[in-house]
Amino acid sequence: MTEFLYMGGYGGYVWSAYGLCLLVLLANVIAARLRNHNARREVKKYTGREQ
Amino acid sequence: MWTWAHKFGSPGYFYALAGKVNPWLTALYIALFATGLYLGLVVAPTDYQQGDSYRIIFVHVPSAWMSMFVYVVMAVFAAIGLIWRLKLTAVLAKASAPLGASFTFLALATGSIWGKPMWGTWWVWDARLTSELILLFLYLGFMALQAAMPDRQTAWRAGAILLLVGVVNIPIIHFSVDWWYTLHQPATITKLGAPSIHPSMLVPLLIMAVAFKVFYLSLLLSRARAEILHRERRTRWVQELARSGQL
Repeated sequence: MTEFLYMGGYGGYVWSAYGLCLLVLLANVIAARLRNHNARREVKKYTGREQ
Repeated sequence: MWTWAHKFGSPGYFYALAGKVNPWLTALYIALFATGLYLGLVVAPTDYQQGDSYRIIFVHVPSAWMSMFVYVVMAVFAAIGLIWRLKLTAVLAKASAPLGASFTFLALATGSIWGKPMWGTWWVWDARLTSELILLFLYLGFMALQAAMPDRQTAWRAGAILLLVGVVNIPIIHFSVDWWYTLHQPATITKLGAPSIHPSMLVPLLIMAVAFKVFYLSLLLSRARAEILHRERRTRWVQELARSGQL
């Protein structure tokens, strides 16, 4: 396990690259969910108001 | 064809269809990422020249491919939008932009992290790196344009023209490694003939590339759905969805 994390001495580089990817992709997922959540809330503001 | 295009291009139909497809796409990209990461980080052997640092390739190359792919997709939406005025094209291009910018940022950042141990530097003004940085600015420019102009239609027209003009940068990025033989290594996978990479490394790379592509598609649909709801919030079909509790 330690050897796997060590990556032949390149652990710092490899894991920071993968970590950064995880972070950016996850941020995109959260942002998309938030946008849908907010859009739904916005729609409901109009519901029942104008017919 | 035209009835199909109009049916598919109608926001209500697209919204419903994207909602149905997206959970499957999410499951698919999670499975692909899991497989690709396992094969790339655990199964694939250490490279005899670069040691384990080469494993950055499994995220670097797919993000770089996606950075160009998403841009071309947006340019196609721009062309369709300008010629046929399909409403959906603006929505899809706008939803693609932050995703494309994210992939471009990742390509640059992971490349930089890879460059430090291999080239001895985080950054050089090499042709490939510079043209990829210009791509990032094109994405950010498009996004800024959409945010800055008060009229949505004018913003989209201006943005679409920017996208089409910026397409010249794509072949420049692709061929930069052959035209200016500077620091970035030439293509390994997409060159003519057999790719010069062993299957044990090529397979995880291709799986990761498909994972990134499905991820993009899933997030594109999700963002497009939010944008459609926002734009159509006062229309009858959206309000009916809300009233029937299907939102």
